[in-house]
Amino acid sequence: MAESVPAKYTFDPAENQVLLHLVGDWSYSTGIPPISALLNDINSAKVTAVTFNTEKLQTWDSGLMIFLIELIDNCKQNNIQVDKTNLPQGVSRLLNLAYAVPERKGARRTVLGQPVLTKIGNVTIEMHRSWNDMLNFVGDLCKGTYNLIRGRARLRIADLFYQIEAAGPSALMIITLISTLVGMILAFVGAVQLRLFGAEIFIANLVGLGMAREMGAIMTAIIMAGRSGSAYAAQIGTMQVNEEIDALNTMGISPIEFLVLPRLLALCITMPLLCIYSIFMGIFGGAVVSAGLFDISFYQYYLQIQDFVELKHFIIGILKAAVFGVLVATAGCFRGLQCGRSASAVGFAATSAVVTSLVLIIVADAVITVICQVLGV
Amino acid sequence: MSQALHLQVKNMTMAYADTIIQQNLEFSVKRSEIFIIMGGSGCGKSTLLRHLIGLMQPASGEVVIDDINIWDSSVEERTRTISRSGVLYQSGALFSSMTLGENIALPLSEYTSLASALIEKIVSYKLSLVGLAGFEDYYPSEISGGMRKRAGLARAMALDPDILFIDEPSAGLDPISAKLLDRLILELRDSQGTTIVMVTHELESIFSVGDSSIFLDTDEKTMIASGPPKQLLKESSDPRVLNFLTRSV
Ligand SMILES: Nc1ncnc2c1ncn2[C@@H]1O[C@H](COP(=O)(O)OP(=O)(O)O)[C@@H](O)[C@H]1O
Ligand SMILES: [Mg+2]
Repeated sequence: MAESVPAKYTFDPAENQVLLHLVGDWSYSTGIPPISALLNDINSAKVTAVTFNTEKLQTWDSGLMIFLIELIDNCKQNNIQVDKTNLPQGVSRLLNLAYAVPERKGARRTVLGQPVLTKIGNVTIEMHRSWNDMLNFVGDLCKGTYNLIRGRARLRIADLFYQIEAAGPSALMIITLISTLVGMILAFVGAVQLRLFGAEIFIANLVGLGMAREMGAIMTAIIMAGRSGSAYAAQIGTMQVNEEIDALNTMGISPIEFLVLPRLLALCITMPLLCIYSIFMGIFGGAVVSAGLFDISFYQYYLQIQDFVELKHFIIGILKAAVFGVLVATAGCFRGLQCGRSASAVGFAATSAVVTSLVLIIVADAVITVICQVLGV
Repeated sequence: MSQALHLQVKNMTMAYADTIIQQNLEFSVKRSEIFIIMGGSGCGKSTLLRHLIGLMQPASGEVVIDDINIWDSSVEERTRTISRSGVLYQSGALFSSMTLGENIALPLSEYTSLASALIEKIVSYKLSLVGLAGFEDYYPSEISGGMRKRAGLARAMALDPDILFIDEPSAGLDPISAKLLDRLILELRDSQGTTIVMVTHELESIFSVGDSSIFLDTDEKTMIASGPPKQLLKESSDPRVLNFLTRSV
């Protein structure tokens, strides 16, 4: 490549018109001269026309083009003629192309400078809309469930089995790990205190009751919110991006029945089972700590639990797990269906599915605890 | 950069793992010409483009751009050579979480050290070239398919590439939009002297803009014809090529 000559223009004010000499390489990579001084000169010199001399112009690219466009826009505003005849052919063709489609009125958006009140208003409207969406979704879901009970829902059994497999057996490993550890932690923390009174045997009560009533269901729900809830949001969100949801709607297939119900049922069925498993793993973890560190034999531990932890505690825990399953699946699918049409919207849907699930789980747990208290169970 | 041949493919074989898609490919593209890649669906046209833009390495043979064998040179040299080319993907491939303006500004801010005010000006100039003036703040999901294609073209041209690769520009567009897009591509070549390598089925574009072409075949797994499209129509004796060019079955 020949050595580049820096871009330069010279300005020849003849009577009432300006002759611009464009000299050298006009490329944005080698730098184009600033235009503001030239515009000032032209505007103050009261010229009526601008012409060009490009004999010494060498290479050019978009750098020259944006320079010229700015010049032409300025001249248009001030009613100055721009004579493009002496520009290289390519340049004038590109200029024609750039001005061929005028900017559509109202296409440009002004995002900046919203007053605070407007923002607050918009956020409020948005919240209201989101709340409405949620209610609509729950309504549709109830309708879908009703159809399902009447045996009229378009639900593919193969889908249901696939979802059950994805939610259940594949989650066993992580549930084993987490639940055993939680059982061990409960036992250890409790035992240190109980030992002060020489009442280590009550570790069994603590672990049994804690796992059965609370921790089994909660830990399973948290794991499933992270594993399945986020996956549901991402799957359905991606389908939203690919217009697959629209396709379902136009075929007259309700996405609720086709996509949401299988996932909801799957979690409703697997969560109680996983919860039972989790409770037993937790109790087992407690037994290991009791036997290993506090001299309570497995048999003693077993008898103590059998005596003290009644069946109703297990049932409450398992019912809770079913409720949490519904909540996790609902939150995941809802966020997925609500998803926008971009890659980052899918990420956002997955995140907010997990956050929504966790909030719902804890709130629901509190409500159920209060109800149990009132009913005295 | 004045050599007449811009891109050369020498005895190239393309394969996915052990499946050979095309072999013995041999052609060259002259500077500032519009080169057309033709062939039935699934014969490997998109795969060939992926080889030409350096996304896939040939199983054997060479791809030479500007006298640089891109697979026989350092990573930096390859990146530099490839960054001088622009690509319009079959589906547009605009980044969905960025506005059109941000999409076009991305290569500019990655590969140049221009001030952001200047980048903004270049972005709005490129958008006005493709007839989308003022659409900087729109997201790809908010515009139509044809507009997305044109925005993709604006992004492909962001860096004033010497060579532009285009995969089925008119797929999924109505005939008018398709024709306008063809005309736009032709205009860009004529005014900027950009070399264009294009995959297309549109007879209109093939005959009106194509300077040279090759024809790939699925069964033979190689190119069965090459030359200017009009000449192929007149002189080719291969029924597969003639059927394609006259739309008869
Ligand atoms: N990632 C891939 N792995 C394996 N085979 C592929 C892959 N992508 C494409 N193919 C195969 O390569 C062939 C050519 O595909 P493609 O280049 O997309 O065709 P087209 O000419 O329609 O653009 C097809 O038979 C396709 O099945
Ligand atoms: Mg293809």
